[in-house]
Amino acid sequence: MPSVGLFIPCYVDQLYPQVGLATLRILRRLGFNVEFPPEQTCCGQPMANSGCDAAARPLAERFLAIFGKYDHVVAPSGSCVSMVRNHYDHWLHGKPRFEHLRDNTFELCEYLTGVVKVTKIDGDFPFKVGLQMSCHGLRELRLARSSEQMTAPYNKVRQLLSQLRGIEIVDLLRPDECCGFGGAFAVDEEAVSCLMGRDRIEDHARAGAEVIVGYDMSCLMHLDGLIRRAERAQRVMHVAEILEKAQLA
Amino acid sequence: MTGHAEKAAAFAANESRTHWHDESLWFVRVKRDRQAASIPEWEALREAASAIKTHTLSRLADYLEEFERNATANGIHVHWARDAAEHNAIVHQILASHNVTRLVKSKSMLTEECHLNPYLEARGIEVTDTDLGERIVQLRKEPPSHIVLPAIHLKKEDIGELFHIELGTEKGASDPKYLTEAARGHLRSKFMEAQAGLTGVNFAVAETGGVVVCTNEGNADMGTSLPPLHIACMGMEKLIPRAEDLAVFLRLLARSGTGQPVTTYTSHFNGPLPGGEMHVVIVDNGRSRILGQPTFRSSLGCIRCGACMNTCPVYRRSGGYSYGYIVPGPIGSILAPQRDPEKYASLPFASSLCGSCTDVCPVKIDLHQQLLAFRKKLVDLKVVPLQKRLGMAGLGFVLSRPWLYRMSGSLLRAVMPVLPRGLVYGAWNRWGVQRELPAMPKESFRDLIGKELS
Amino acid sequence: MSSRNAILDSLRKSVVPPASRPAPMIGTRYADPLKQFEETLTAVGGRLVRGGDLASLDVYANAPKVASLVPGVPSRNVDLHAIQDPHELDGVDVAVIPGEFGVAENGAVWVPGEILAPHRAIFVIAQHLILVVPSDQIVDNLHQAYERIQWRPNSFGILISGPSKTADIEQSLVMGAHGARSCTVILVAQ
Ligand code: SF4
Repeated sequence: MPSVGLFIPCYVDQLYPQVGLATLRILRRLGFNVEFPPEQTCCGQPMANSGCDAAARPLAERFLAIFGKYDHVVAPSGSCVSMVRNHYDHWLHGKPRFEHLRDNTFELCEYLTGVVKVTKIDGDFPFKVGLQMSCHGLRELRLARSSEQMTAPYNKVRQLLSQLRGIEIVDLLRPDECCGFGGAFAVDEEAVSCLMGRDRIEDHARAGAEVIVGYDMSCLMHLDGLIRRAERAQRVMHVAEILEKAQLA
Repeated sequence: MTGHAEKAAAFAANESRTHWHDESLWFVRVKRDRQAASIPEWEALREAASAIKTHTLSRLADYLEEFERNATANGIHVHWARDAAEHNAIVHQILASHNVTRLVKSKSMLTEECHLNPYLEARGIEVTDTDLGERIVQLRKEPPSHIVLPAIHLKKEDIGELFHIELGTEKGASDPKYLTEAARGHLRSKFMEAQAGLTGVNFAVAETGGVVVCTNEGNADMGTSLPPLHIACMGMEKLIPRAEDLAVFLRLLARSGTGQPVTTYTSHFNGPLPGGEMHVVIVDNGRSRILGQPTFRSSLGCIRCGACMNTCPVYRRSGGYSYGYIVPGPIGSILAPQRDPEKYASLPFASSLCGSCTDVCPVKIDLHQQLLAFRKKLVDLKVVPLQKRLGMAGLGFVLSRPWLYRMSGSLLRAVMPVLPRGLVYGAWNRWGVQRELPAMPKESFRDLIGKELS
Repeated sequence: MSSRNAILDSLRKSVVPPASRPAPMIGTRYADPLKQFEETLTAVGGRLVRGGDLASLDVYANAPKVASLVPGVPSRNVDLHAIQDPHELDGVDVAVIPGEFGVAENGAVWVPGEILAPHRAIFVIAQHLILVVPSDQIVDNLHQAYERIQWRPNSFGILISGPSKTADIEQSLVMGAHGARSCTVILVAQ
């Protein structure tokens, strides 16, 4: 069994501990020896996305020092994993263990489908679900084919969830439009960000989704904030919270 | 100075109109999807287009010389302009030497970039933009709000009102068919009176020494087959090596831009009208500077299809004018700050970095990565607000110290729930204007993991 | 230094890594290119007529002024060669023009400039357009099209796909922006 370093992004650690726990439980039940290195904080994405490389770079270096020793690193977040996989190169290029780290850091769904190769999922989730395909997981990790691409369709999240009994994954009019979170964008461009989010929620609602499910709590936090302010009936859930209740094999 | 966010907020404040704008453009995106899906080799085609552009840019000077040689052999006069001022002067000089006082123009983003119209008008030349959308915005004394759909921000009632005043159409009439017919009559008389036609260039072919212009309306053809003088203005990145390359780009251009299999007219000008004169003006205006920047070089491959605008969730909800530059949307947000980093500093931030533009772009420009790279460049140039730079430095400081991070997190989670709502959702809280903050859990994941593992 | 040399110099100063040209594309083939051509042409607002008699076409039969460049099809009330100034073509109702070949994937017809002599404007200034194309001259895609086209120095050539159109007012498609209000392609057996 490979050693797995659990990477719990800062905002998940602080605001959504249940998502971290769910991820941990899923991996442990699959028999992995999961470690959570406590020195970890953040991958540096907020700073890097703001163009502040000087502030982000030390975090990338810390990340390598902390996680470089594991066979695999797994995180319940598409955008943080993409940070490691796609945006560390220019800082860490040539550093020992960097290439290994970059190529072996996985978002949970891609880990389960591509590395663990989970084929059977036994569980119930009798709800209508709308998938919120967050952008970095979608277009930088390629968790699914994006709607712009003219290649054979696939979707790793759907692949996992569709096996649950009772689940109905609804079809959205815009299957992968951005929710408008975008990190600092959410406050820098508050008006457009919130309009984008409300439009997403409306699309999910029109399709009958009771639960909006995603793999990035940041996007879901934004949607949830809009939903609660508008006192709408929908809920948001991280995919790990759903899979945690099922048997994976 | 107001940046994109303020102008976007003003646009988005009219929510129903913003939704209408968003839907109009999304409709074009859907048409694009349908057309792209009809080509099984779509992704290979994008790959080929990107490779041809990369190749061309790797020896642009050679190809420009080849083009010049062949164009000259075709009887075309070739001119070179280092910047907008020189471009405008060249065009004016050609027109003046033919005593032209009435010019018809088809769409050319380059001449918008160079502000050619006001330059010529100040020198006594009447300039008529003949693309319907461009004519509409010209009559409104506005710039285009989109590079392919210049009047996409206007409702038919707005245009009906405009045409009533300017062209004498019936008051209150807003039927697009009726209005288009009125414009046809109006512009046909302009074509009949024009002494010269100016066009943009979609592609210039080194091998043939000719230029290719694509329109749906036929305005470029009217403007170049009636008057004997044709001036074509091109940014020097419009060059492609061979005529066979046209197949690759033409298969992508209209499908990506408007969701058509090809534009109605694809006109190949390899010389002047019999007895006429043809001039091509090749313009640098900052392009050679971009060529020298590896990160941004591929932005020169842009074929101005507009697909990145149509797909951009921010553009659709903020409108073309919120960018304040002649090319809006993702590609404009890279090109504008090349011109003036300080003035356009907000544009690379006017994106959620969703990457839809990158996946839609027919020449595979990594648009969202370039937007991100430009943010870094702007921070390095110190044109990003100090407050933001300090904030990020502070955040970085906290996050690289686990004890400080833990303490701040606990503090936040302990304090937020007990603060009065009025304070939590005070003016400082941009997040909370329309959104609730997440419920603050008592314990963090790292507080809980010990229990979990024991 | 001239602007020309200044520009070329500054371009050559940039170090751009060499990149080779990609291999030529093949492009989609259709089982029935003619059928595909008809479908696409119809979708872009044009009309295909297979063979038959020109006189039976309303657009031709009822037109007061017809300019024809197709041998054997007479012009009507227009003498193209007597006209000195192309502006006099304003008011022509129908232009009948031979096309060299059609392109199945996009409904376009290739018209070389020589065919349009003496007045290039005829294809765009006429109110309606009829293109006459040999039925065995339909290629699948643009790659094949550009393989066929012969480039003469100082020439003109045009791909025409359907009637002139605009969607600049609220994305409503309207035919007949500046050029032909309708475009009929007649396929003739060779
Ligand atoms: S950047 Fe790409 S998508 Fe945008 S206008 Fe240019 S070619 Fe089209």
